[in-house]
Amino acid sequence: MTSLAEPPARVGSLVDQFQFGLDAPICLTWELTYACNLSCVHCLSSSGRRDPRELSTAECKAVIDELERMQVFYVNIGGGEPTVRPDFWELVDYATEHHVGVKFSTNGVKITPEIAEKLAASDYVDVQISLDGATAEVNDVVRGPGSYATALRAMENLAAAGFAGFKISVVVTRQNVGQLDEFKAIADRFGAQLRITRLRPSGRGADVWDELHPTAAQQRELYDWLVARGENVLTGDSFFHLAAFGEALPGLNLCGAGRVVCLIDPVGDVYACPFAIHENFLAGNVRGEGGFQGVWQESELFTDLRKPQTGGACQSCSAYDSCRGGCMAAKFFTGLPLDGPDPECVKGFGEAALSAVSDSPPKPSLDHSHRGRKAKAVPVTIGWGPQQERSAPDRACDESPLAGFRPPAG
Amino acid sequence: MSTNVSAPVFDLDGAWRLHPQVSIRPERFGALLYHFGTRRLSFLKNPTLLAVVRALDTQPTARAACQSAGVPDERIGDYRAALATLADSTMICPQ
Repeated sequence: MTSLAEPPARVGSLVDQFQFGLDAPICLTWELTYACNLSCVHCLSSSGRRDPRELSTAECKAVIDELERMQVFYVNIGGGEPTVRPDFWELVDYATEHHVGVKFSTNGVKITPEIAEKLAASDYVDVQISLDGATAEVNDVVRGPGSYATALRAMENLAAAGFAGFKISVVVTRQNVGQLDEFKAIADRFGAQLRITRLRPSGRGADVWDELHPTAAQQRELYDWLVARGENVLTGDSFFHLAAFGEALPGLNLCGAGRVVCLIDPVGDVYACPFAIHENFLAGNVRGEGGFQGVWQESELFTDLRKPQTGGACQSCSAYDSCRGGCMAAKFFTGLPLDGPDPECVKGFGEAALSAVSDSPPKPSLDHSHRGRKAKAVPVTIGWGPQQERSAPDRACDESPLAGFRPPAG
Repeated sequence: MSTNVSAPVFDLDGAWRLHPQVSIRPERFGALLYHFGTRRLSFLKNPTLLAVVRALDTQPTARAACQSAGVPDERIGDYRAALATLADSTMICPQ
């Protein structure tokens, strides 16, 4: 029997409703800046340096006004490291005064005892501390030297201030999947709640995905752990591809991109999901005429994503109803077709598909990594590119006398 | 909607209200509810249930709220179950 009012864990036909989109997102991620004091190897937004085009304080407040009108209940603020924006606390206060709750993700660098006191006093602010290892050895390899100590200090400050139930957010990797019980123990120690999410090959994550993503055996381990011990552990619905193992995991088990989820990036660009910062998933910009609401409700991309999807190569698979083909971003950034299996398909179809990928996977459109901190050199190509794709640049400053001219076909 | 595994405890003849920290956002299928205190989201799966929840504040009892929203008597059990779920998660509370 299904009840008429249910938490997300038990929804039935709502999934069908959500496929066609909502008037406003349920879960909106807003990255306030590309600036970050760290250089995590798997950063999904390739953050590091601030972008000079980032939204101003006034523009951010205008977005918050719109979110209030659209009744977006809360935003997940991230970055970069959002707290390094000088107007960060001002924006948090502005949002909560305008009935938009805030949950922000931080590496903990600014969570002093004083700030922790202030946060603990607000009902409308939630904090999420990122931690990718239950020990400094495992964490710091991914997040950088000293980052474990910074995160733990922030947790101590929050706990001492009486902030109950803040979140500890872990990206599950090959190196930390064996530490799930230890992460839980850390959360319990601070009266916090554990949140674990999936590693995506997005941003700099694409460069390390091969080495960091859990093995097939580890995925099974993770699924079993979630079923046995996952009560009160948040997942952001990010492991729905594991539902194909059998029992559905709590959550919608649906790719929410452009349907119930989206991302506003620091320069105001709106993407279908936080893991898909690429021009193919760019729906518009909040600075445009219709603002954020116009993009959410009318953009061509989001309209497309809300059409019924076919299972493509997955259609005949017995597990399709459970996993629905998995994560769009994970497929895209590993070079797989969007209507085929997820690269981490638990039936093994992803691995087979990956071995058949011949072209190099698409790269993120933006990179704000700290210069000189990148592990790998970027090859530079000079020239006009492939003949058939040549198009003369047509900006006013271009020197080409053929700017804007396209030879007639044939 | 026929098998009642565990009959929900909910006083249809009590006076109920929407919790003051809960916001309602109407949607095509019904509505979303968000509780700022517990930070939990809930769904109202049809517009009639939304009308019931909206009527709670002004009606003397939950039963009266159901009737004012046009719920037929034979379906009131379904709505009682839905209201019980909402009361469980403190989306609604006694007046």
